[in-house]
Parts: sequence; C-alpha cells; structure tokens
Amino acid sequence: MDEALDLLARHGEDAKLLAGGQSLVPMMNMRLVRPAVVVDLNRVAALDAVHGDAGGLRLGALVRQHALERDGRIAAAAPLLAEAAPLIGHLQTRARGTVGGSLAHADPAAELPACMIALDAVFHLRSARAARSVPAHEFFRGLLATALGPDELLTEIELPAPAPHAGHGFAEVARRHGDFALVGACAVLAVDQAGACRHARLVIFGAGDGPHLARATAALLGAAPAPARLAEVGRAAAEEIDARADLHATAAYRRRVAAGLAARVLTAAAARAKAA
Amino acid sequence: MKFVGDRHLRKEDPRLLTGRGRYVADIALPGLLHAVLLRSPHAHARIHRIDAARARAHRGVVDVVTFAELGSAGRALPMVPPHPELRGRNFAPLAADRARYVGEPVAAVVAESRYAAEDARELVEVEYEPLPSAQSLAPGTPAVHDDIADNLAGRVSLRRGDTAAALRAAPRVASLRLRIGRGGGQPMETRGLVADWSPALEQLTVWASSQVPHQIRQFVADLLELAPHQIRVLAPDVGGGFGAKLIVYPEDVLIPFLARRLARPVRWIEDRLEHMLAATQEREQEHEVTVGFDDEGRLLALRDRFVHDTGAYTPRGLVVPLLTASMLSGPYRIPAVESTFESRYTHRVPVTPYRGAGQPQAVFVIERVLDLVARETGRDRAQVRLANLVRAQDMPWDTGLPNYRGSGHVILDSGDLPSVLRRALEGARYEARVEEARRARADGRLLGVGVAAYVELTGVGPFESARVRIDAAGRISAWSGVTTQGQGLETTLAQVGADELGVTPPEVSVVTGDTAGVEHGTGSFASRAAVVGGSAIALAARDVHAKARRLAAQALGVGEGDLEQRGAAFSDRRRPERRVTFAELARVAGAATAALGVEPGLEATRFFQPTDMAYSSGAHVAVVEIDPLSAGVRILGYWISHDSGRLINPLIVEGQLHGAVALGIGSALLEEVAYDEAGQLLAGSYMDYLLPTATDVPTMAIDHLETLSPLNPLGLKGVGESGALPVPAVLASAIEDALGPDGGRVIRMPLGPARLMELLPPSAEGAPGLP
Amino acid sequence: MAGDAVMHDVRVTVNGVERRARVIPRMLLADLLREEFGLTGTHLGCEHGACGACTVLLDGAPTRSCLVFAVQVDGGRVETVEGLATPGALHPLQEAFRTRHALQCGFCTPGILMTLVAYLREHASPSEAEIREALSGNLCRCTGYQHIVQAALDAAAHATAPPA
Repeated sequence: MDEALDLLARHGEDAKLLAGGQSLVPMMNMRLVRPAVVVDLNRVAALDAVHGDAGGLRLGALVRQHALERDGRIAAAAPLLAEAAPLIGHLQTRARGTVGGSLAHADPAAELPACMIALDAVFHLRSARAARSVPAHEFFRGLLATALGPDELLTEIELPAPAPHAGHGFAEVARRHGDFALVGACAVLAVDQAGACRHARLVIFGAGDGPHLARATAALLGAAPAPARLAEVGRAAAEEIDARADLHATAAYRRRVAAGLAARVLTAAAARAKAA
Repeated sequence: MKFVGDRHLRKEDPRLLTGRGRYVADIALPGLLHAVLLRSPHAHARIHRIDAARARAHRGVVDVVTFAELGSAGRALPMVPPHPELRGRNFAPLAADRARYVGEPVAAVVAESRYAAEDARELVEVEYEPLPSAQSLAPGTPAVHDDIADNLAGRVSLRRGDTAAALRAAPRVASLRLRIGRGGGQPMETRGLVADWSPALEQLTVWASSQVPHQIRQFVADLLELAPHQIRVLAPDVGGGFGAKLIVYPEDVLIPFLARRLARPVRWIEDRLEHMLAATQEREQEHEVTVGFDDEGRLLALRDRFVHDTGAYTPRGLVVPLLTASMLSGPYRIPAVESTFESRYTHRVPVTPYRGAGQPQAVFVIERVLDLVARETGRDRAQVRLANLVRAQDMPWDTGLPNYRGSGHVILDSGDLPSVLRRALEGARYEARVEEARRARADGRLLGVGVAAYVELTGVGPFESARVRIDAAGRISAWSGVTTQGQGLETTLAQVGADELGVTPPEVSVVTGDTAGVEHGTGSFASRAAVVGGSAIALAARDVHAKARRLAAQALGVGEGDLEQRGAAFSDRRRPERRVTFAELARVAGAATAALGVEPGLEATRFFQPTDMAYSSGAHVAVVEIDPLSAGVRILGYWISHDSGRLINPLIVEGQLHGAVALGIGSALLEEVAYDEAGQLLAGSYMDYLLPTATDVPTMAIDHLETLSPLNPLGLKGVGESGALPVPAVLASAIEDALGPDGGRVIRMPLGPARLMELLPPSAEGAPGLP
Repeated sequence: MAGDAVMHDVRVTVNGVERRARVIPRMLLADLLREEFGLTGTHLGCEHGACGACTVLLDGAPTRSCLVFAVQVDGGRVETVEGLATPGALHPLQEAFRTRHALQCGFCTPGILMTLVAYLREHASPSEAEIREALSGNLCRCTGYQHIVQAALDAAAHATAPPA
C-alpha cells in the first residue's frame, strides 16, 4: 500500500492505477490513454478483504465484482449489490473487475456508483500524506470525474447497517445483456412499524453525467408508499435529470424510461420493506 | 448417395477445437516484419505532404511507404464486374493526393514488432487539407471524384410490363418510404496477410484471410507486374468472411508489395478498430415504393425508386443495387414491375456485398408492401402471400426482370413456394399464434406475429474448378477454387467426392483456397461454394472414378460391367480374390504408355460453369413481445422453413441458417453504422456497434424442404446467406403487429429501442413493463 | 516507447507447464501466450475487452487476456484451449462441440470453451437461459449460438450423469 501511495505521490497525473483493468486496459489498447506509469494494485495486501456482517460491512476496493454475487456476507448485508452484480458486464468482466475500480472510474452508466449512493456508503481514501472519508453521494462529480485527487487511492467502501424494515430495488435497461445501462435505477426504502416510509433513497444512473440522487423522494416520507405516489415520485425524479443523448438513446427516451424504472424499483423496495 | 445428405461430423473440428487452427495471425516466418497502416482521419481531404523522417528513425522501424514509393503499383485496382451504366472508380494500394473516406490507407509503417510499428505510426506527419464531404444521399453534395460532379455512380431502371399503366388501372394504390441503414459482415477474425518474397525463386507467397485468393493473385500480378505463376496465394484457416473479405482490398496488394520491396516476410493484421473503419459495408438505401393491388390483395403493379449509398469507391461496381432491383418481386407473381435506382458516391468506406448482398433490402421492401396490402384489404398477411406466390406448377418462373449479371432474366428454376410458406405456418402454428397475440394485445401486452417469405439467388458463376487426384500411395486429394471461412467445405466437398469415388469422406482430403491447387478459381461468396464448387468436385471425381474403372477393367482383364468396388479397390465380380487398389491403379496410370490408351495420372481437373443461378427459397415466422417500459424487443419464437435443394450436410445447413438469422437480428435490432456530419464513424468499436450475443438470439426451429435444382448435377442450391434475407422483414412484420392499430409503422431498419419507443401506442405510456 | 527499455522476467504456469519469458511491461497476456509461447489457440478479436475470443483461465477465473499485462501473471496459473484435450481424447466439452456442430470458423471457439469450462466447474446443472447469460460476453458471428448452447447442456449433463 505504501509503495502504491508513494508512486502516486511522485507521479500524480502521469500515473494510472490498475485494478481489474476492465476500463483502463481497453483505453490503453486503443491508445486513448498513455500513462507514463501504471501502478498495479493487484498484489497490494488486504485491499481485497471483506470485513463485517449485516451490522455493517467493509469492502476492500480490490474486492472482485463477482464476490458481490457469491459472498454470502455481502448478499446478507447489502442485497442490492448482489442483485445488481450479475448485470455488471459479463462473467469475464466480473472475474477481474473490482468494486473500487468501477467506483473510481465513475462511468455514468455504471451500476455500482448508483448502488453505493443508495446504500449511503462511505468511501475511504488515502494518499501518502493523509486519509479521509467521503460519502458516496459527494464522491461522484460529473462525467468520469470523482473526488479522488491525483495522488489518492480509494481503499475501502464502508456500508452502514441497513435500517430495520428496509427493502431494495434494482432495474436497468440496456441494449444487450451486460452492456452499460441506457438507464438504470436503484432504491432503498425503509418503513416504520406503522408502515410509513421513514427513509428513501432513489438513484438514477445512465441518464445524465453521473448517478443522480433523486430529491423527489422527500415526498414519500411520513406516508405509506402507495403505487400512485411511487409512480409520481418516479416521474418527478426523472424530470430532475439533464438527460443526455447519444448513439443509443435520445434524452426523451432516457427520461421516459427513467420514470418507469424509478417507479419499478421504488415499488420493489417498498414491497421488500413491508415484508422485512 | 451414401454421404451426401448425411449429418457428417466435420473434419475441420479436431484442429479448430484444440487450438491448432492456423489463421493468418498465427503464421510466423523467420525474419518476419510487422506492418501497420496509417489511415486518413478525414472523410475528405487533400494530402499535401507526408513527412516520414521521424517515423523512419524510430527504433525498430525498417521502412515507411507512401504512394510516392509505390511506383508502377500506384494505380487503381481493377473493378469487377463492369456495367454499361457504371461510372466506376476504385482505390489504389495507398491514397495518392486525396483521401476519400475516414480509414482510407495513406501510409504503411514496417517494423520489427507490432508495438514499435504502432509507436512509429504516430510519428508520421501528414499535411491534410480537410474538405467538405458528402454525407448524405441527397443531390448536391460535394463531389467524391472530381470528374463525377453529380456523385452518380450509376442509374439503372429494370422493368417488366408497363407499370405506369398498371398503376393507373389498379383499383387500389398505396405507397411506402422505407429506409435501411449500413452494417458490416463483422467476422470475428479481422483481415490480415502474410507475404513472403523469395528472391532466389522469384516467388511471392501470400497467406490472406480472404474469400478470393485467385482474385488477389490476379490483382497482385497486374499491379506488381509479375506473372501469375510467380505468385501463390493461400487462404489459411479463415475466421469468418460474410462478405467483409470478399473483395480485393488495397492492403491485399500493398502487403505483397512491401514484402517484395523489403525482401523480408511482412505480416499485417487488421485490428478491430481499423476493421470498423476500413472493411467494406453494405445495406444503406432509401426506397420509395408504390404498389397497385385489388380488393382481394392481388398484386398488380410495383414501382420502386431507390437511392443506394455506394461509398467512396466502387470495387464491386453496381452489383449490390442491381441485386436489390432485380430481386424486387421476390417469390411473387407481379405482372408489372419497375425498379429504378441511383447509386451515389459518398465520402464513406465503400459498399460491397455482405451476407445477403442487396437481397435483404429487396425482401424488406416487398414484404413490407405485402403487409401493407394485407392491412389495406383487411386480409391475413399469410393468406395475402399465399395468394400471390409463384406456385410449383409455374416453375421455372420468369420474373421478367434482368438478373444482376445481365446474362438473362431472374428465372426461378425450381421450388414449391406455397409449400415452403405453409410449412413455416404449420411449424409455428401460425393461426393459434395470431389469436394468442390478439388476446394478449386486448390485455394491454404488445405481442405480435410476423411472417416473411423470400427467394434467394445462389450458385453464381462464372465457374468453379476442381482437381481430384489419387496418388501412388492411394491418397485421394481434392483441390477446389472455393474458400472456406467456417461453412465446412473441407467436409461437405469430401462428402461429395466420397460418394462419386465410392470411398468415405475421411479418405478424401480437401484443400480449398490455394492458387497452387487449382490454376483457375473464383472463391466463396453469393452462396455459391457448395453449389458450384460441389458440382465441380462431383464432375472431377466422376472423371477420376471413370478412369479408375477403365484401368481396373484392363488390369483385371474383365469388362467394366464385371467390376465390383469395395472402398478403394476394385475386384472381379466372379473371382473376388482378384483385386486391384486405387494405389496400384495410380501407379499404373503414372507410367501410362500409349498402349494403355489413357493419359497419365489418376487425376482430373474439371470446371462447373452454371448456365444460370439456382434460387433457394424460404419463409420465416416470428413472435415478438415489446416491453412498453423500455421498447426492448424479445423474440419469443422463431420458425424457419427453407428449401435449398439437395442438402449435402443438414447439420451444417442448420448451422448456416442459425448464424444467418442471428446476423439478420443484428441488422434489424442492434447493428448500426452511424456517421456524424463530418463523416466520422460514431460506432467505432464493439462498445457501440452491437453484435448479437447468446441472449439476443432465440432458439429456432427449422424445417427443410428439398426441391432439386435442374441446373447442376446434384440438384444443389446455396444456403449460406439464406437465413439473413427475411429477418428484418419478419421482425418488422411482428413488431408492427405487436404495436397494434394505434402504434406506428415500421419503415426503417435498424430499429433500436429509442426509435421504437416513438412508435409505441399511447396506451403503453406508464405501463409497468415486462419483468 | 520509454517503458520498453526495462524488461521484466515472467514465470507462469501454462497448462501445467512452467514457462518463462522476458517481456516489455506493456506486453499483453494474449501476446505473451501467442507470440512468446507459440500458443496461438487463444485469438484476438477486438483487443478492447468486448468479444471474449481471448478468454483464458487465470488462476481459475475466466479472463480476457487482452486486458491483462504479461507482467501481471508472474507466479500465476494460466489455462488455455491447448490444455483441454488429453493425448488421444478431446475434453468432453470439445467432444460435445464436435457432435453438436457448435463451431464453424473456430475463431471464437477457444474463448467460448474456456468460458464454459470455468462456468461448468461452478454450475453443475445450468438451464438454457443461464448458459446463454454466461456466454453473453463471447461473440460468435457464425453459429447463432444455438448449437453452442446445446453442446454446453450436453456437456453439463454428461458431467453430472451417474457413472454407467
């Protein structure tokens, strides 16, 4: 770890971190990115550890994405991650790709950044000089941009214990199975003993420059999550986004699908919360 | 026949399965150099100056070659085939003073390693003057070739009867505008060559991942001013072609040029990003079609006008739009037909055939027309088709339109189209599906059934060659001018040869794609290899067999009628212990004197020159459901009925159909080559150009019907492209059915979710979507 | 390129045999296998991690060898298509591919075989849908996947069948 941080301190912008390589190496092969120094994190001890349980989980940044599908502790503590994981790329992507790598790369259509925001995750960053923590919802700063400084390394992702009577939902629309999402949504919702919503997070991804934490969920607090209300919140959330257009989808398409997916994940989260 | 018709397992598989295939990138020679190509980043630019000094000085670089260094090789490659209306232009091995598409090769860098060559490539300085480029098919775009100001590569009109009068007289008339987008064959193995010049032998050996080694040899001989016998071109194991490897490209001449210039072997392997830019594409056309029909849904007149995007050059002339135009009436009886097209130049990579070759467009047009007629007359779509199909008793049926080669009309030689369609309908339980879909739509689901039928032109000439030889050790070898890119010709041609010779397929060793094997050859494309290549093998093997019988009779002192063959030996029927083997006969033939009465060698070279094209046919039925939330399309069922004459190997035919349908699904729902206004490719990698994966392709049911073609000895018809032809049409039909009466019309392919979303009926808004 | 000046020693076990090479840092694992070790069965279809043709097993995990640097596998274990068959016998998956005509040009086949070997080691009785999903990261342009899926199902059934 110290060696890696030292290299980052010395080379800064000229260095690139290599974790799973599923985002960096294609860009290097296409000669879009030419780092002078590549710092291979794969042998840094303990970066791939998983600690904790349903009372609070800590994932090392180098935990491979396929662990999210396979490790029972993760499925128990953060079922949202276990549900999202099979949609991250393909078998081969997940065998090598890492949780930290996906978060640091911050592709706007990536699943994990959105899930981490929905789970109120806290990211631990280190440099040769200092250590600091950044909540997930402050970490993503725009298209492929994060709070990471040029000499900083994301080392660990901390997931707080989920609230009682909490449920999750995840859905995405992609052109083909495993592709980056055209639009996706994930939600975490918790209800109190009376069934009224006391916590709601809805994150829409793929529609704009980065994952979008919806403000419209505020309207859900204090009342039972009824279908009409969830649909309305979904529509309002979709309107919050400055949707982007590209080769695969128009902005209008993304907004319309975002609204539909938001309603769907809120509905799933509410149903699970009620059953929890 | 013992082996023709058999689901024989493939001879190629053991080596391919164990990683012992030899593709061009696997070929390494001592002293091998690596070439990379510098390509124009502009769709249209003058090239003022190229300074390669820094590149040449880079460590490991052996040479940098531009047009200036090509000498007499610096001229346009020939174009085939000619056409009186064609104002054709072709590319040279490197661009001279003008680049006409993004990706046109401008310079070659040759180095000791590929890594070094790519590094040095970045040091080549090219002074470009970017110019406005033609990026649409509208008139008035910047000229691609200075002396063709209107960008018209050709304008052709094909006619049967008097369409104008027939339209005026028709009780009903309707029109459609249809648009089909560009796509490419996209084999998993990109292009590549290894070339080796031996100064001692003055021989050039070229391994090319190509469908046409004989054509490469001819073009290399022309441009490098060598005699054909000084050049050997071989296609090693080739990882797919689909048309992307059909033409002779600039690189196919350039790499041999480099090998000769440097007197060291040179290898060039195209990378995928290059392939996206520089491998030829096809399909883009804009159609305006008008149909005259009656209240019973009978077609009376069809007029189609279309514009075809041919890209910056015409290496294949007007072949693609001619195929679209000539095949417009498909399997239907239409008394008056007129198809007129303009082939236009654009500053884009050239358009040459890829799997289907202009025919998927024709099928899309005529099948959309039939659905339109069904809708207008309130009739069932399958019934309207049955009412208009050419019937078995009509065969051979002259469609009245000239064929694309100009050698006569499109004449459907054989087939039973109504039976083919009925089998598809029965296999799919079409009526039950239609009812199911109607009920589902009443429930708010977007479920639909589609149907499409087609005929396919196959087995084109001019000829194919085959040489069959039995040597003194009794080994049987068969060389063919066709090439194989996965269609299993090593096995199917062995099945044909084995039947003719009375042996088993493992005993017949087939070599394809080697100009040293047969002097004249054509290659594999246009669903011709098994038909024309197989026929040639049959003829050559028959000759060898006949000669062997004659020699055996002489050797055993009996009449030919008293011979009995068991495997690779003949015996006297009445005294079977008297026997002579193929090996012995070959030895005798090897020393043939005049007295023997035969020419030396137990060998024959024969050509099959088809008198006309053989036409395959088929019908597909598809059931789709559209997710109202995402406008994603799920193909819930897919049924194929097809007739490609006698099947040499039904297992291989099924594989061809599956693969071609998958490719068709790609072109209908996923694959789109998109350019921006400056001619830059937007879908430049596999992140954006989406090929179907295992989750995009349904499980398909296949029903075979075999009506033999009278045009070749075995009754064969081609099948390689068949599956691709009706896919956009059948999916359009199913999607439109699923959208229901309040949904939009499908008039454009490919149809991705964003476009399809705009066609959804209002009732889909806010629907929860499929799980 | 400046980094090429420093060569690294790589020791890696490939198909059970220890191999060594001296490589430049940016050499890809795929090139190490193909160019240095002559194991050309692993193919390059895209070099940007999309087609799966280059899939090998790295320490047992299905890995796109175009996205790993050779230096990264020092001390590691790689399995390629060349290691599947034993002298005189194809691997059951290869046998199933042959019987079902699950390959045509063969270019994508090694990557698909290695992906399925890894997948079937962990999933004894997959459904057709699960196999299609498992294969979604491997492109095939020739077969339309249907025979590949059948072959995979055959191989899975064969592996779980009770001994005769």
